[in-house]
Amino acid sequence: MISTGLMDTLQIVVLAGVAAGALAVVRTRSRIRQVLALSVYGMLLAILFFVFQAPDVTLSELTVGAVALPIVLLLAIAKVGKPER
Amino acid sequence: MGIFPFLVVAWVVVVGLYGIVTSRDLINQIVCLIVVQSSTYVLLLGVGYVTGGAAPYFFDIPLHTKAVDPVVQALALTDVVVEAAVTALLLSFAIQAYKRFGTLDPHELAEFKG
Amino acid sequence: MTPRQRLWFFAVAAAGLVACLLWAFAGLPGFGDYPGPYGEAVLRVAVQQTNATAVVSAVNFEYRGIDTVGEEFILFAAAAGMSVVLRRLRKERETEPADEAESRTVPATSSAIRVPALLLVGPTAVIGWWLASHAQANPSGGFQGGVILASAFILVYLSGEFLTFRRLSPDALLDAVEAAGAGGFAAIGLAALVMNLPYLDNYLPLGTIPGAVSSSGTIALISFFVGIEVAAAFTAIVGELLDQTLLRSA
Repeated sequence: MISTGLMDTLQIVVLAGVAAGALAVVRTRSRIRQVLALSVYGMLLAILFFVFQAPDVTLSELTVGAVALPIVLLLAIAKVGKPER
Repeated sequence: MGIFPFLVVAWVVVVGLYGIVTSRDLINQIVCLIVVQSSTYVLLLGVGYVTGGAAPYFFDIPLHTKAVDPVVQALALTDVVVEAAVTALLLSFAIQAYKRFGTLDPHELAEFKG
Repeated sequence: MTPRQRLWFFAVAAAGLVACLLWAFAGLPGFGDYPGPYGEAVLRVAVQQTNATAVVSAVNFEYRGIDTVGEEFILFAAAAGMSVVLRRLRKERETEPADEAESRTVPATSSAIRVPALLLVGPTAVIGWWLASHAQANPSGGFQGGVILASAFILVYLSGEFLTFRRLSPDALLDAVEAAGAGGFAAIGLAALVMNLPYLDNYLPLGTIPGAVSSSGTIALISFFVGIEVAAAFTAIVGELLDQTLLRSA
């Protein structure tokens, strides 16, 4: 078992990563890059859930954030075409 | 470590809402909505955490070791998968809006009536 | 209202929201000091009562089964709503993929993508099936297994064989499987009602070894139905969106 001090440090580091990742996703304005940023954010969230001792939720977030959401978003972006900005 | 996860939850909510308010593109807004929804998972799991607790699966650890709360994990689990399907439905609305009005800018879409 | 005014309005409102949130979080018992009686009560009795060593799945499909029925019907409604919303408008015609290719140059899929994608279809389907049927022992269950099973079908499309993907998963079959999954879950609960038990009570034999595949009564059966329903729903969603981009004109 990992000691609670090490677990605390790990959780703080990953929580800071999640906060930074949320800001990165929101600030990305190009569509395809935002989908990629969302994928990385989903992976950070999965690591956070793993460190919070929830492997079930980790598996869900990994499959949804890496498979279902990017596919659905990229298909919608392909349908809509280039943004006229 | 007492309140830090909840501070992160509040930060993610505000950042996501800021993204929704200042966005000029419906698909951008939908991605920021996904970010806001993800903060609720962190909140659920943060409320149920027990310091020094293990994951609540007793296949290979003895039966009464200290474990984290399983109820909030069950709630977050179904939440994550259902959110993806609802996001797909929102995207289909955005596609229909683009097909009928030719634009995905929420400021321009707000001026159409009917 | 100009964008700058809108931003100032949002700043004021967000400050109020953050104040309320921090006030609420200050009343929580701090991270790691979980006081609640419900979690500890479930952990004490779950393994003996249901013979399932994965307590989260026991909570999902047994103790809070009616929540899961509701969530599954949200999924069902979302997939059905998509096929209603994306139906063909009156001005659209259905064009063949060859017509679309005049305005867009689609490169042929390279072998570096085709071969791994096609090789991974089988293992992905097996892993998804395994996850959906072992809800009572592993951190797995119908929801995760269903998404991975759907991604096995999507890999067929990603390897460049869109028409094969459509032939493997026709709309009628997907609708039937989705309805069977959702209806099967509800029917298991109704069967309990017929036997004079509460709705979604666990009435199948519980097995002897906690965590074995044949143990835990209705939990394994419900997880299987949820798995096929989630797989069919996600394949239908992706199929609808692919029809939009590849088959129909705007």
